[in-house]
Amino acid sequence: MSSIFQSSIGRKLIMSITGMCLVLFLIFHLSMNFVAAFSGSAYNAVCGFLGTNWYALAGTAVLALGFLLHIIYAFILTVRNRKARGSVRYAVEARNSKVEWSSQNMLVLGIIVLAGLGLHLAHFWYHMMWAELAGNEYEIGATDGTGWLQYYFSQIPVVICYLVWFVALWLHITHGFWSALQTIGANNLVWIDRLQKISAWVAGIIFAGFAVIVIGFALKVFPLFD
Amino acid sequence: MEKNITVTLRVWRQKDAKSKGGFKEYQVTSTTDTSFLETLDILNEDLVSKGEEPIAFDHDCREGICGMCSLYINGHPHGPATKATTCQLYMRRFKDGETITVEPWRSAGFPVIKDCMVDRGAYDKIMQAGGFISVRTGSAEDANNILIPKEKADEAMDAATCIGCGACAAACKNGSAMLFVSAKVSQLALLPQGRVEAARRAKAMVAKMDELGFGNCTNTRACEAECPKGISIANIARLNREFLKAKLKD
Ligand code: HEM
Ligand code: SF4
Ligand code: FES
Repeated sequence: MSSIFQSSIGRKLIMSITGMCLVLFLIFHLSMNFVAAFSGSAYNAVCGFLGTNWYALAGTAVLALGFLLHIIYAFILTVRNRKARGSVRYAVEARNSKVEWSSQNMLVLGIIVLAGLGLHLAHFWYHMMWAELAGNEYEIGATDGTGWLQYYFSQIPVVICYLVWFVALWLHITHGFWSALQTIGANNLVWIDRLQKISAWVAGIIFAGFAVIVIGFALKVFPLFD
Repeated sequence: MEKNITVTLRVWRQKDAKSKGGFKEYQVTSTTDTSFLETLDILNEDLVSKGEEPIAFDHDCREGICGMCSLYINGHPHGPATKATTCQLYMRRFKDGETITVEPWRSAGFPVIKDCMVDRGAYDKIMQAGGFISVRTGSAEDANNILIPKEKADEAMDAATCIGCGACAAACKNGSAMLFVSAKVSQLALLPQGRVEAARRAKAMVAKMDELGFGNCTNTRACEAECPKGISIANIARLNREFLKAKLKD
């Protein structure tokens, strides 16, 4: 059992489980954002409710650990795979239309996702959860999530950065979702094409959801009610 | 209709495993109905008659069943034809006057021995680690003693068509041998005769594959697209299942 993570499949299992947890988190995050689309005060109530409660902090810690493991193993796997490929590369490599582009560029996409995450944490987490923990005061309050959304997404460069980030995330999950299931062995001849389609839908919905939120705030149509 | 075709072959030449190699160009005239390997034979005869060293490349059956022929041709293992080995590739696939780049498999698990010939002994070592069933020899049992559902028998048979050519690892950007190992594990795991040693087999073959330096599968499906036998990556999911189940029971 313990040697499982020293094997190639075991290392992939870590990627798969952490990746799936991140996808679940994104869905949770997105569903909260949709509250903001309808009602600013309701969203602020959610922000206040999560705030710096022990369960919000514990959740953040688990999430951070999952992220860290995912990133560390992403690099470990990539280094090992480059080594396994050997030092001499092919002079001519033809693209095969059956191979998804994103499946061969997961690290690059992941690094863009990481950069976007850095920006996002600096924008929101630092001014909200961290501000509350450290006792920092800003013009917009630590639980005024709606205020921060309105502040940042009224800036066009910020909106563009977020959209680029979402596109990278979209491509990453398009491959990642079904790949994670394949890694844990949940796939067969019948489900292989279905899972790829489901994966594209999951990624597409996550992308569209976040993009709608950002664009809605940029165009000042959100929150729809108060 | 058969036509003459003249192509430039840009071939990887390397004296031995330790030397540094490089590309060399040769012109050769063959016909559209001639196979790619025969075209190399024509070139080699020409080289020998000129007193030059012929190009080393692997081949044996020349009918797509032994898995010996290799070659990375114009960016594809076994060339541009799908579900075909290099011995099943014909010159009509190419255009007159075309330059065709011919390279050996590139994977740390398959070191180059000479020119376009690589050592695929690693796959044999993986087989020796567990790709078999232990049986008591004696007279054959009645075939109907062990009943096997048709779908299982079919899937096992499909997995068993793997010829161990190595195109999977050669096509993979991660140098992963998972498609091969998964086919070899599946052909037995699907049958009752193979279930007895299934857990031990999955662990032993994966351990050997890792030890020999093959990479970690990231499910790009490049192997499946280039496999001459159309082995499905559904087998890789089965291997993952077999392996994880076996490890969790340890
Ligand atoms: C919210 C963010 C992220 C989500 C939802 C996510 C999700 C996933 C999923 C589901 C997989 C598939 C695992 C498998 O094939 O078994 C995966 C693979 C991968 N991820 Fe992420 N990921 C995220 C962020 C990142 C970051 C920040 C990096 C790197 C800096 C990264 C690098 C990779 C790499 C290299 C793979 C391929 C590994 C492999 O297939 O072996 N990911 N990701
Ligand atoms: S799985 Fe396909 S490509 Fe790989 S060794 Fe077997 S026949 Fe060749
Ligand atoms: S020479 Fe036997 S498969 Fe090509």
